[in-house]
Amino acid sequence: MATQTVHHAAMTLTEHLPILQVLIPFITAPLIVFVGRRELAWPLAFIASFTSFVIACLLLSKVIGGGVISYKIGGWAPPLGIEYRVDAANAFVLFLVTGISTLVLPYARESVSSEMPERTQTLFYALFLLCLTGLLGVTTTADAFNVFVFLEISSLSTYVLIAQGSYRDKRALTAAFNYLIMGTIGATFFVIGLGFLYMATGTLNMADLADRLSGQYDSRTVRAGFAFILVGMGLKVAIFPLHLWLPNAYTYAPSAVTTFLAATATKVAIYVLLRFIFSVFQPEFLLETSALEIIFYPFALLAMFAASFTAIFQRDLKRMLAYSSIAQIGYMLLGVALLSETGLMAAIIHLFNHGITKAALFMGVGAYVLRSGGSFYIHLQGLGKTMPWTSAATVIGGISLIGVPGTAGFLSKWLLVQAALEQGYWPLAILIVASSLLAVIYVWRLIEILYLSTPTSEKVVQEAPLSMLLPLWLMAIACIYFGFETDITMGAAKAAAQALLSGSSGMMN
Amino acid sequence: MDTFSAILLSMLLPAAAVISNLIFRNNPNLRDGLTLGAAVATFLVVLNILNNVGNTTTDTFTLIEVMPGLGIAFHVEPLGLMFAILASGLWIVTHIYGIGYMRGNNEENHARFFACFSFAIFAVMGIAFAANMFTLFLFYEVLTLSTYPLVAHKGTLAAVKGARTYLGILIGTSIGLQLVAIIWTYAVAGTLDFTKGGVLEGMIAGPAVAILLALYAFGIGKAALMPFHRWLPAAMVAPTPVSALLHAVAVVKAGVFTMLKVGIYIFGIDFLATTGASIWLMWLAAFSIIASSVIALTKDNLKARLAYSTISQLSYITLGIALATSMGILGGSLHVVMHAMGKITLFMCAGSIYVATHKTDISQMTGLGRIMPITFGAFLIGALSIIGLPPLGGSWSKWLLIIGAADASQLVMVGILLISSLLNVAYLLPLVGKGFFLKGHDQTEQPNVAESPLLVWAPPAFTALGCIVLFFYAGHIQAFLMPIVAAP
Repeated sequence: MATQTVHHAAMTLTEHLPILQVLIPFITAPLIVFVGRRELAWPLAFIASFTSFVIACLLLSKVIGGGVISYKIGGWAPPLGIEYRVDAANAFVLFLVTGISTLVLPYARESVSSEMPERTQTLFYALFLLCLTGLLGVTTTADAFNVFVFLEISSLSTYVLIAQGSYRDKRALTAAFNYLIMGTIGATFFVIGLGFLYMATGTLNMADLADRLSGQYDSRTVRAGFAFILVGMGLKVAIFPLHLWLPNAYTYAPSAVTTFLAATATKVAIYVLLRFIFSVFQPEFLLETSALEIIFYPFALLAMFAASFTAIFQRDLKRMLAYSSIAQIGYMLLGVALLSETGLMAAIIHLFNHGITKAALFMGVGAYVLRSGGSFYIHLQGLGKTMPWTSAATVIGGISLIGVPGTAGFLSKWLLVQAALEQGYWPLAILIVASSLLAVIYVWRLIEILYLSTPTSEKVVQEAPLSMLLPLWLMAIACIYFGFETDITMGAAKAAAQALLSGSSGMMN
Repeated sequence: MDTFSAILLSMLLPAAAVISNLIFRNNPNLRDGLTLGAAVATFLVVLNILNNVGNTTTDTFTLIEVMPGLGIAFHVEPLGLMFAILASGLWIVTHIYGIGYMRGNNEENHARFFACFSFAIFAVMGIAFAANMFTLFLFYEVLTLSTYPLVAHKGTLAAVKGARTYLGILIGTSIGLQLVAIIWTYAVAGTLDFTKGGVLEGMIAGPAVAILLALYAFGIGKAALMPFHRWLPAAMVAPTPVSALLHAVAVVKAGVFTMLKVGIYIFGIDFLATTGASIWLMWLAAFSIIASSVIALTKDNLKARLAYSTISQLSYITLGIALATSMGILGGSLHVVMHAMGKITLFMCAGSIYVATHKTDISQMTGLGRIMPITFGAFLIGALSIIGLPPLGGSWSKWLLIIGAADASQLVMVGILLISSLLNVAYLLPLVGKGFFLKGHDQTEQPNVAESPLLVWAPPAFTALGCIVLFFYAGHIQAFLMPIVAAP
C-alpha cells in the first residue's frame, strides 16, 4: 500500500513538471530575500537552478520524439484556464536556458563578489532567479497574455541586473535606462498586438487563437496585431535596426549577467517570435503577406554584415562580442525566412549552438575582467601566456563562433547553407559564408592580441580561479561536443521544426 | 594489428606527441626523444597498413555519425596510403633536422613549436585516410589552424603579418569557396563518400560542373593555384623546418592531394573528360606554372625563390588532374612524391646555409659551396630532380605528365612542361654554380664559417639520396597507384 502511494505521488510529481520548472525559481527568489543571509543566497539559487535543469532534461527526453505535454493550471481547461505546453521546440530552449543558468551561477560567485559590493549580492541572486523564472515562463506557457506577464518579469529584473554593472562602470546606469525605455516600448507593442488579436478572436490561448485566426487573415485588425507583435518582439530579439539597446547593455552589465543574457534572453525572444509567427499565425499567412521577404531577408543580411563589420573595429572585447551577437541573430532570422524544414532546423540549432558559444566567450571575458581589470584589448595583450587555460577555452569559443569544422558553430552554418542551396538561393549561400569570414577577422584580432602581443603593464596577471575555469571549460567542451554528437541538438531541432511548420496542427497534438 | 586500429593509431601517435611536448616542455632531450619515437612509430604503423592491405581499397570505418549520411569516417586507398607513407616518413627526417635547426639557431618556444608540428601531422594523417569529403575538410581546417602558430612562431611584426596572410587566404578560400562546393555536392549527390568513378555523374550537368570544379579548385587554397598563391611566400617567415615539412610536403601536398581526391573520387576522371569542365583549369594551371617560375627568377631571397618554385610545381599536379587522362592523374600523383623529396631537400639545404652563415639571399652565397660541399651537393641533386633529369626521381613524374598531355592531345601543354623545365634550370642551378665556382665576397670577414652541424646537414643528404633511389623505384610506385585510374 505504502509503495503504491509513493508511486502515485511520483506520478503526480511528474505530471506537474511543466509548472514546477517555473515555480521553483519563482519561489526561491523571495525565499533568498527573506533568509537574507549572503552566504545562503548562492547555494539556494544554485539548487533552484539545478532543479530546473533536471526538470528541463526530463521534459526534453519526453518530447524529443515529437510528443506534446499539456498542463492545465489549477485544472482549468483551456481556453478558459491557462495552459502550459511543452513540445520539442520549447523543451529544447528550456534545456538551454536552465543549463546555462546552472553553469553561470558557479561562475558568477567569484565574478559577482569582485564586481559588486557585498550588500547587493543577496538581492543579485534573487533577481537572477526572477529573470530565470521569467524566461522559463515565457518559454513554457501556451497563453499569449501569460507570455507578456513573464516577459515583464524577466525584463524588469534584467534592467536591474544590468544596472549592477555601475559599480564597475557608471555607464551601466544609462545602458540599463536605455534598455528600460526600449524594452518597455517593445513590451507595449507586444501587448497592443495581443489586444488586436483579442479584439478579433476573443481568446488568448495560443491554440485557440490559431484556430480562430485562420479565417481572418485579411482582417486589418489581425494584420495590425501581427505587425505590432513582430516589432515588439523584434526589439527584444534585437533584430538589426532594433538592436540599439544591446551593445551597451552587454558591455556594461556585470560579466555573469552578460554571459547569462547573451546566451539566453535573445534566444527566448526568438523562440517566442517563432511560436507566434508559426503556431499562432500560420506558415501560409507568412507566404501570403510575404512579410518574411520584405522584413526578414534584408534585415537579416544587414545584421550579418553591418554588425560584423562594426565588430571588427571594436576595442572592447565585450562590445565586440555584443555586435557579433547581433550578426548571429541575423543567421537565425535567415533560417526562419527560408521557411523550410532545413532552414528552421538551422535557426533552432543555431539558437542553441550560438548560446553555448557565446556563453563560453563571455565567461572568458569575465575571467579577464577579474584578473586584468578590464575587457579592452589593451588589457588583454599577452594574456595567452599568463592565463593559458582561460585563453585556450576562449579560443575554442572563438573558433566555434567562426564555424570551423569540428565545432558546434560549424553544424549550424552547414545547415543554413544547405537550406539556402535547397531553395536554389546561390547568392544567399555565398553571403552566409562571406559573413562568417568577417567573423574570422574579428576572432583572429583577439587571438593575435592574446598570443602575439606583449603585455603593456608590469602587473603580473594570474590564471582565473577554478570556480570560473570549470564552467568556462565545460562550455568550451560543449562547443566541441555538440559539433560531433548531434543526437540531442539535431533531434530536437528536427522535431521542433516539423512541429512549427505544421502550423496550428502542431499545437493540436 | 587490424587496419582500422592502425589508422586510428597513426593519428593517436602524433596526438600523443602533442601532449608529451606540452607536459615535458622543460626537458628538451626527453621531449624531443619522445616525439622522435612517436614519429618512428607512426611510420611503422603506416607501413603495417601497407603490409596489410597493399594497394586495395578497404571498407569504410565510421567513427562518429554527425548527420545522416555524414560522418567522421576513414578508409585506406592507394593514393591516401602513399601520402601517409610520405608524410610520416619525412616527419622522422624533418624532426631530426628540426632539433638541429632549432637548437643550432637558438630559437625560442621549442615545446610549442614541436607540439604544433605534431598536431599538423595528426591532421595530415586524418586527411590521408579520410573516407569522405566531410572528414577530409575537418582535418584540412585542423591543419590550417595547427600550422598558424608555426608560421607566426618568431612573433615579429613580419611573422605576424605573414601568418595573417597565411590564415586569411587559407581559411577564406576553404570556408568561402570549398565549403560551399562541399555542401553543393552533398545537396545534389546526397553523399560525400569517396567513390571510384565519382559521385556526380548524372547529378549535375552543363556549366554548373565547371563552376563546381572552380569552387573546389580555388577553394582548396593549399594547392596554391594562382591567384590564391600569396599565402605560400608569406608563410616563408616560418623557421625552415616548417617550410621544409609543411610547405614542401604536408600543407601544400594536402592541397593537391585534396584536388586529386576531388578529381578522382568526387567528379571522376571520365566525367571530367566527357564534360570538358576542366579545360579552363588546365589553362590556368599552365599559366600558374609559367608565371610563378618567372617570378621565382626575380627573387633573390632563397626561400622566396623556392616558394614560387613550389607554386609552379604544385600546378603540375593540378594540370595532371585537369588533363583528365589516366596518365595525367598518375603523373600528378607520382609528382606528389617526387616533388616532396626534391623540395624538402632544397628547403633543408636553405636552412642549413642559414644555420651556418645566417645568409638568406642568393647573391650573398657565392663561394659557399666549397665550404659546405655536402649541403650544396644535396642542393644540386634536389634541384636536378625538380628539373626532371635522370637518374633522379623527378624525371618520371614529368615524363608521365608529358605522356598524359599528349594523350589528351594537348600539345601546347607538352610545350609548357618543357619550357617550365628550362625555367627550373634557370632559377635553381645558378646558386649551385655560384656556390662552387665563384669566389666568395667575404670569406675574410667570416673565416670561421664551416659546414653546418651534423643534425642539420645529414637529413638533406639523406633525402637527396632518396631522390636517386626513387628513380629506380618509380615503376613500383606507379604500379601501386594503378588501381586509382583503373576502370571502376
